Amino acid sequence: MNGIHDMGGMHGFGPVVRERDEPVFHAEWERRMFALRLAVGARRFFNGDEYRRMIERMPPAQYLAASYYERWLYALENLLIEKGIVERREIDVVMAALRAGATPPHRLIAATDSPAASAASREQDSAAVPEALGSRSRKLRHDQSFHPRFKAGDRVLARNMNPEIHTRIPRYVRGHHGTIYRDWGVFVFPDTHAHGAGAKPQHCYAVEFDGRELWGGDHPAGERFYIDLWEDYLEAAGAEAQSWSGAARRDSLKPGASGRITKRSRKPALKKTASASKNA
Amino acid sequence: MSGKDYGDRDKSGHDHDHDHNAPESGPALRVKAIETLLVEKGLVDPNALDALIDTYEHKVGPRNGARVVARAWVDPAFKARLLDDAAAAIEEIGLNAGPQGEHLTALENTATVHNMVVCTLCSCYPWPVLGLPPVWYKSAAYRSRAVIDPRGVLHEFGLDLPAGVELRVWDSSAELRYMVLPIRPAGTEHLSEEELAALVTRDSMIGTGIVTGPAEGRAAK
Repeated sequence: MNGIHDMGGMHGFGPVVRERDEPVFHAEWERRMFALRLAVGARRFFNGDEYRRMIERMPPAQYLAASYYERWLYALENLLIEKGIVERREIDVVMAALRAGATPPHRLIAATDSPAASAASREQDSAAVPEALGSRSRKLRHDQSFHPRFKAGDRVLARNMNPEIHTRIPRYVRGHHGTIYRDWGVFVFPDTHAHGAGAKPQHCYAVEFDGRELWGGDHPAGERFYIDLWEDYLEAAGAEAQSWSGAARRDSLKPGASGRITKRSRKPALKKTASASKNA
Repeated sequence: MSGKDYGDRDKSGHDHDHDHNAPESGPALRVKAIETLLVEKGLVDPNALDALIDTYEHKVGPRNGARVVARAWVDPAFKARLLDDAAAAIEEIGLNAGPQGEHLTALENTATVHNMVVCTLCSCYPWPVLGLPPVWYKSAAYRSRAVIDPRGVLHEFGLDLPAGVELRVWDSSAELRYMVLPIRPAGTEHLSEEELAALVTRDSMIGTGIVTGPAEGRAAK
């Protein structure tokens, strides 16, 4: 989605402000929030893509005003509710009890499970720490059963796509040409995985973009940008005319053209032409 | 965000499961409510939470990455393996390529190439080698500007790249996590691996800094 989280290239946020002491956490609740997210994550009620999808659903003004762990809290709470792990009513009840001075640990909600079952469940939990800290599956990385559509050196177009669902193609690369720098192997596709629509495994590539391709001809020379993009975000440069309507084309790199990046000029005369073709 | 009021400013690190009569509010209260619920449902073990906090507050941090860098500086074969598959290489020296490090990749700085890492979409960061990210790395200012004005950002960090050095910015948009392998400073031939590790700064492994030799004084962070 074209959300506030997609910040690359935005202006107006001022200088990068660094703290003097840089504590890992800034409050006790941040510690608990961080650990809860990892411990709950290890139980696989939801996946990491769903977590990002939920953070991005924060209303933009709220997102900007929130601290990092407040965003985590928003996502954890809403995912736990979405997945039916807890009910919003339960959170309200427990918050009211805590506000009134109740001190955990003791039961603040009606128990739905027997103490024995609860204890057994807690014993299983001790496995949650090693799991949360352990290496997760890397098996997809080298899976040979998915044939790559691209190889290093191929010219590609980052598709001009604007899905309302979760996606990991940043806006600032959409519609721009780049070069496949490296094939990272096969990864779960976040756009489907974040919405319970399957893993849709596919190759993910580091794609190299020239700074002037992304930001215009007056951008300083000697800057290259590497963005990791899944295969579904890419098409072969020059092939877009067949697979994509002409209206979405931002450049006119012809099939077979190679090597040099087409500069997009900011000159008004050319801009007019570009917008005319865009509206065609 | 750095100026954000976090509500509960308790930084003493004492046990919060004790009787605490001061009413909490805001995120502190909500987090406590969710933790309480998950513990009551038997889904989360409070001791597991304590262990996770201890790990990331005290055990995992940029000193891990500094060990990796120092080893790469003194051992060319290790460096080659690090650049080929950093996740496997860091496990060789006893680190755990766990969360946010499963697909770790090392980017080598040279006399002609300087690498810099950002996550414009969230705040992806290589936890096993650098720990949890600093506030500035997660800030809107860094996330927005690192890709459109990277040299301006580096200037704010006191780093002006010489003319002729290509700047490569890596946006961690997928599952890959990046650490920069900085240039070994001149005049450090006599230093031990441990002494070299002490020179390596966190920012030099993000690419917002470089490593300076002992004679030049330590970089800011």
